[in-house]
Amino acid sequence: MDWNVFLEQAPSGGKTYLGWLASGLFWTMAVSLCAWAIASVVGCVVGVARTTPLAWARLLGTCYVELFRNIPLLVQMFLWYFVMPEVIPTAWGDWLKQDMPYLLTLPFAAQFSLWEFTAAVLCLGLYTASRVAEQVRSGIESAPQGQTSAGLAMGLTLPQVYRYVKLPMAFRIVIPPMTSEFLTIFKNSSTALTIGVLELTAQSRQISEYTFKTFEAFTAATLIYIVVTMTVIFSMRALERRVAVPGFIAQASGR
Amino acid sequence: MGEFDWGVIWTYRASLVDGMITSLQLFAIALAGGIFFGTLLAMARLSRWKALSVPAAGFVNLIRAIPFIMAIFWFYFLTPMIVSKFTGQQGEAVGPFTSAVVAFIMVESAYYSEIIRAGIQSIPSGQPAAAHALGLNYWQSMGYVVLPQAFRNMLPVMLTQAVILFQDTSLVYVVALKDFLGAASKAGQLTGRIVELYLFVAVVFFIICLAASRAVKRLQANLAVAR
Repeated sequence: MDWNVFLEQAPSGGKTYLGWLASGLFWTMAVSLCAWAIASVVGCVVGVARTTPLAWARLLGTCYVELFRNIPLLVQMFLWYFVMPEVIPTAWGDWLKQDMPYLLTLPFAAQFSLWEFTAAVLCLGLYTASRVAEQVRSGIESAPQGQTSAGLAMGLTLPQVYRYVKLPMAFRIVIPPMTSEFLTIFKNSSTALTIGVLELTAQSRQISEYTFKTFEAFTAATLIYIVVTMTVIFSMRALERRVAVPGFIAQASGR
Repeated sequence: MGEFDWGVIWTYRASLVDGMITSLQLFAIALAGGIFFGTLLAMARLSRWKALSVPAAGFVNLIRAIPFIMAIFWFYFLTPMIVSKFTGQQGEAVGPFTSAVVAFIMVESAYYSEIIRAGIQSIPSGQPAAAHALGLNYWQSMGYVVLPQAFRNMLPVMLTQAVILFQDTSLVYVVALKDFLGAASKAGQLTGRIVELYLFVAVVFFIICLAASRAVKRLQANLAVAR
């Protein structure tokens, strides 16, 4: 076992192999956080749509969830990266593949372009939105129906009932499952390596290919994943205790 | 993008079917192995002996903390090494399919053990106590009293996890095993028709998984009535 390998000079992108790991962690976090922004916004909209009395909104929401949940994430990754530029108008597709990569050079020794990053973020974000939507829906549905009736009886309109009664309650209830959804997106971001995004898993594999120190490279990446997971779980536990709704038991899990 | 050429799917039907068979084999072995070892892991985690429960909990939490792809890389690297250490053979002692199978069984057993643990814990503790009072030993009490009820309670969740597992089999793409997605990808590279082939893969997965998850939902409703 030779842990000094990480201090050796790397052939490109960053000074040492430790730099490659740092770059990998940075891009894992960048992809996860950007995708999380999409997932939480789209997921909330779709989740709310599935609880409304409007039949067409419920149908649209259900179609969204079923579509994104029943196609493997890796296949979705290929659909966004390889298929999407070919089925939209030719000029747009060419722009994505030829011009977008040169809009800006990605920082932190990224050896891939803005287009790979965008495709990965879109794919992960919209996929996770379908999971978030289910959590939001069950959060809204877990509150007693009487609250809605009471709100309507007091003269609130339906949007007001959502804004002042249902959503404040639902958001507090869904924080623990949201923690595990974030951990899921964090781990799922490794599928971006298949379209060339050099995130943490990809960097550890690249280090193993360059140095043949596979055990060390994989151990380092695994430890980083564990540390980030633990940090998220512990900091969210503190938040959960503060915002927990009395009478509703929910626990964060690492899945 | 010019015209679509869906004929390419028919041209490569043999290799696509082969790929689907590989995917299904991997799915079936991983499902059986995952449930079997997942049950043992769950029993170990709930054991009174720290020597069993601590390593089991450590393994499950470790696997659940890392990405599935990272776990595939790990077992892809470790399996041939460990096997050759035991058999003394070098190099090609285990093929890529075996390594993939080991990786999937390991990961799925960790996921299933969490489901099964919840199932076992859903059985009132008076039941194993009653079984013990009747003179049943641990394995009899588990085999005849606790597990049959736990599995019945957990059936919908386990089947939902099976649908997720079927989707996850596509991840063997990262170790260049020719599963359904891998076969389509190969045919796409040969013909330049990746659009048609990837769309086809997506539609096939969608139909299978939608039908399966609908069936699970119906089963869940039926079980709820029976209970």
